[in-house]
Amino acid sequence: MKVVVDMNKCQDHGQCVFAAPDVFRLDEAGHLAYVADPDESLRADVEDAADVCPLQAITVED
Amino acid sequence: MGGLRAAEQLRAAGWTGSITVVGDEPLMPYNRPPLSKEVLAGKESFESLAFRPRASVADAEWILGTAVTSADLARRVVGLGDGTELAFDGLVVATGVRPRRLRCPGPAAGRHTVRTVDDARALRADLARPGAHVVVVGAGFIGCEVAATAVALGAAHVTVADPEPLPMLRPLGDLLARELLRRHQERGVRFALGTPVTAFEGGDRVTGVVLADGRRLPADVVVEAVGSIPNTAWLDGNGLDLADGVLTDELLRAGGLPHVVAVGDVARFPNARYDGVPRRVEHWSMPADSAKRAAKTLAAHLAGAEPDPEPFAPLPAFWSDQHDFRLQSFGAPALGLDDTRVLDGEPGGDVVVGYHRSGRLVGVVALGGPAAGAAAARHRPALLEQPALTA
Ligand SMILES: Cc1cc2nc3c(=O)[nH]c(=O)nc-3n(C[C@H](O)[C@H](O)[C@H](O)COP(=O)(O)OP(=O)(O)OC[C@H]3O[C@@H](n4cnc5c(N)ncnc54)[C@H](O)[C@@H]3O)c2cc1C
Ligand code: SF4
Repeated sequence: MKVVVDMNKCQDHGQCVFAAPDVFRLDEAGHLAYVADPDESLRADVEDAADVCPLQAITVED
Repeated sequence: MGGLRAAEQLRAAGWTGSITVVGDEPLMPYNRPPLSKEVLAGKESFESLAFRPRASVADAEWILGTAVTSADLARRVVGLGDGTELAFDGLVVATGVRPRRLRCPGPAAGRHTVRTVDDARALRADLARPGAHVVVVGAGFIGCEVAATAVALGAAHVTVADPEPLPMLRPLGDLLARELLRRHQERGVRFALGTPVTAFEGGDRVTGVVLADGRRLPADVVVEAVGSIPNTAWLDGNGLDLADGVLTDELLRAGGLPHVVAVGDVARFPNARYDGVPRRVEHWSMPADSAKRAAKTLAAHLAGAEPDPEPFAPLPAFWSDQHDFRLQSFGAPALGLDDTRVLDGEPGGDVVVGYHRSGRLVGVVALGGPAAGAAAARHRPALLEQPALTA
């Protein structure tokens, strides 16, 4: 599974972090960092994260 | 949005039968928050708003540009605007809300609301008038956002009018409302507070706004952001409690019916996390959260099973972008307005305020930049761990 975040859209809401904390996190300055190729077992979490992103910046590719 | 999320979550909950989504707008579901922010400002395109539906709902049927005009929940049919009927085994109510309009005398032209793509297009065109005098009626979150966007677009005068003495007072309380007022004023927004609007002036088109205290505000463009009305008329006659949206139980079923659930802005549900009083919650996070729970309830019924008895207990989350700052809220601050404490930072800078009821933390709101949002997020586990207010 491949995760792509459109960093032009992302506004560091951090909602994705609550949905999939193993894949997304905010650094100390409040900016997003994420794992681009998370394990398949995290798919449900990542899909939830894509849903809850207010900017709809997250795409999940197979 | 709730309709799309419900379809996706029905699939996730195991429903393999057919799914039909009916919507009166001609467009596929789209994201509304940018309509008062990035899209209104011209920073993002209207096309960028469309949600990307999950592959699991590729076989769903979409009947768009068609309103549901009636429902017979006992017979399990809905009537559509084109005169046809649609039979169903399970129904998800996701019709949202529409903007409330002011009942004041005066011309209609030049007066706007912001709910749909069409609304935002029309407002954007009007805001492009050089040197526009803009009056925003209603200092809630949409009003404050539109005012900020109008300033960014170069409007000559932007005034926000509201009968309350401070912007966003009821959802945020005194401390942050004061700070919000100061920040808006610093960035060029004017306010006419503590007095309601009584009339609009002008011939063919609005030229001014009259306030109850006798003041007159010149206006070429008026935005009415004075709350919303749930879209439930189509459900009349079924014995449902539709006093303010669709009343549901803690599994999001309406009227005690196992085959009818409600999600999103239109659902008035008890939140087991708090006092159990049913409320509507017009937050963007709600369609997804409620669709997940409602789909589980409905999919179990459709499979002939008992639903998971776990009551719906979402942690509401809300944000609002205004000028160069953001409000980020977790929990239910409105339940704790009588006991607010600064948790991090200073009111003049990045600040996080905690809202308490019976000594318990029920809500957290950050005002400021990304660091404030991140600080608020650090209180989220504490909000999640609080016992229910009824406990
Ligand atoms: C301008 C704006 C800015 C916002 N900004 C924020 C923000 O910054 N943060 C935040 O948390 N929330 C924000 N929100 C709130 C958020 O967008 C809503 O909570 C969310 O859209 C609710 O989704 P919903 O599916 O319940 O309703 P909707 O998205 O409104 O969907 C309901 C749909 O049902 C249709 N419909 C109604 N009646 C019928 C009928 N009889 N037959 C068929 N179809 C019907 C409607 O036309 C609509 O398309 C904002 C809302 C607006 C309007
Ligand atoms: S939720 Fe969206 S906007 Fe927020 S940090 Fe994640 S990707 Fe960025």
